[in-house]
Amino acid sequence: MDERVRRDYWRRNLRLMAVLLAVWALVAFGAGIFFADLLNNIEVIGIPLGFWFANQGSILVFLGLIAVYVWRMDKLDKEYGIDEYEEEVHVD
Amino acid sequence: MTDIQLWTLVFVVLTFGVYIYVAYASRVSTTSGFYVAGGGIPAPANGAAIAADWMSAASFISMAGLIALAYNGYSGAAYLMGWTGGYVLLALLLAPYLRKFGKFTIPDFVGDRYNESARLIAVVCAVVVSLTYVVGQMAGVGVVFSRFLSVDTSVGVLIGMAIVFFYAVLGGMKGITWTQVCQYSVLIVAYLIPAVAVSTKITGIPMPQIGFGQILDELEALQAQLGFGEYTAALTGSDQFNMFLLTATLMFGTAGLPHVIVRFYTAKNVRAARYSALWALFFIALLYTTAPTVAAFAKFNILSESQAGNLADQSWFATWADVSLITGVDGGPVRDLNGNGAIEFTGGAGNEVMINNDILVLASPEIGGLPAPIVGLVAAGALAAALSTASGLLLVISSAVANDVYHKRINRQATQQRQLVVARIAMAVAVLVAGYLGINPPGFAAQVVALAFGLAAASFFPALVLGIFWKKCTAAGAAAGMATGLAVTAAYFIWTLPEDSAWFFLGNDPILGIAPVGFGFIGMVVNFVVTVVVSQFTRKPSAQMQELVEEVRYPGRTELVAAHARGEIAD
Repeated sequence: MDERVRRDYWRRNLRLMAVLLAVWALVAFGAGIFFADLLNNIEVIGIPLGFWFANQGSILVFLGLIAVYVWRMDKLDKEYGIDEYEEEVHVD
Repeated sequence: MTDIQLWTLVFVVLTFGVYIYVAYASRVSTTSGFYVAGGGIPAPANGAAIAADWMSAASFISMAGLIALAYNGYSGAAYLMGWTGGYVLLALLLAPYLRKFGKFTIPDFVGDRYNESARLIAVVCAVVVSLTYVVGQMAGVGVVFSRFLSVDTSVGVLIGMAIVFFYAVLGGMKGITWTQVCQYSVLIVAYLIPAVAVSTKITGIPMPQIGFGQILDELEALQAQLGFGEYTAALTGSDQFNMFLLTATLMFGTAGLPHVIVRFYTAKNVRAARYSALWALFFIALLYTTAPTVAAFAKFNILSESQAGNLADQSWFATWADVSLITGVDGGPVRDLNGNGAIEFTGGAGNEVMINNDILVLASPEIGGLPAPIVGLVAAGALAAALSTASGLLLVISSAVANDVYHKRINRQATQQRQLVVARIAMAVAVLVAGYLGINPPGFAAQVVALAFGLAAASFFPALVLGIFWKKCTAAGAAAGMATGLAVTAAYFIWTLPEDSAWFFLGNDPILGIAPVGFGFIGMVVNFVVTVVVSQFTRKPSAQMQELVEEVRYPGRTELVAAHARGEIAD
């Protein structure tokens, strides 16, 4: 892979990471902690929403974020023709 | 022997037999097999192994109790979010790149990317963090044995040591990994069956994650009647800020714990490392979304019984009072203080009972009125959780000693056989030390475990992330950052240790009201700042090292990484 294509690949990787980490922070610290009081005014299946995010929702979102990451990176790898992955274990 | 003891014995013997068989079938004879299972574990299996490795006695036995009793509901979620959110960081920031780098240990990465003094700091961090952690696991094994099989706690710890000794020394990472896959299966079944049964019994909904919404209103009413604070209410002010710090510390600490990170070296390739993180969080989420429901149902049951005045008539109440995990408010036997003929559990001055956090999960099948085989299964699950985590931690200690100290620093010419002998001896010594500390835990063990996360966040996380994402991060910068982060966090922790928990004088007030358990996040920020500043003024990494870092960012095979692996590039 030449220099320019590599830089392009890395930039797209970083952009994906930035988006996913922003959602991560918003859900965990925003919905789960700082806005939990506000969200508690809304109830879903008997559970106040802020409490639900802290107890259940955030975990499900984390799982979703990694799923999106794995899926998008697979696509990105294919687009850039990476099909042989590093498999060696390195012995000194 | 009671029914419960019989069933516990059946499940314990059965599961231990499986662990021993699996370990024997996957014994190893190479260093790569011993340290990283030859790097050939498929993603779902690796995910299950990570999950078992990660979910310790604390997750299985203590967490639901912490949420329901110690944290009274909402604020306990710091543990739920903290211990799962770290996997997002691991998956996105570390797993694929460390796998591409493809070494044996975390100090290995630090030593190769930076220099030998950074490697030694990393060895110290890895051993300290892992040792503090493993003590709690061994103690957990002792508690389960003494409660369910009426053997002495020390004997319980010895039995646990013997099992771990057998499969960890024989099979190294390969034996540990496949045993952990079995242990995950045992612990998740043991956790879910009682939770589903209790939810179905109380609400008619077999999915506790949905079912617990049905009882929250009633639970809230009971909490209010008995003088507890609101169960679902959010925090405000400095409590809210401390919850943020604790959550962040646990997240970044998770992403810096050596026994978890090393798992990504065992994945088959870079792609499998990404999938391992996904599988791991999936397996962990099964337990972590269930834990708060176990907490809510158990609290609901206990408060209902207290309200009805028949709490002390429950059979589980008597069994746990016998082993002093349910006591009166003064720590002595439970007494009816106000003489009204009923034992009451309340949040106010009239409280007559103290319930230990650790019994909630172990007692939940009995609290929910489930039959004896299920109680036995839960005991086996708790043992699986403790043993699997202990073995992962012991491997970190033995590989840090054998690979990073013995092979890299003392005898570079050592043959594989020689290294394996050293690794096995180190493992054996670590098992003995852990067992000794499990039987004679230091007075402030609980606080030290909390410190493990702070130290991991404040030491490893910045060094690893900057090593990958910032080519110009220098060795001096990383070493200074790790040392400062570690020192600041440990110092703040020691500064605020409660007076009665240590032999030296302490007990200072927290600065700005910052709780010591959440200080790791601040230590991490300090580490980042120090690393970046020092890196500006010290010698930049060689052009070749910068090129190597560049290559680590691509998942495909590249020549430079391969050459580095063959040892053709001088450190």
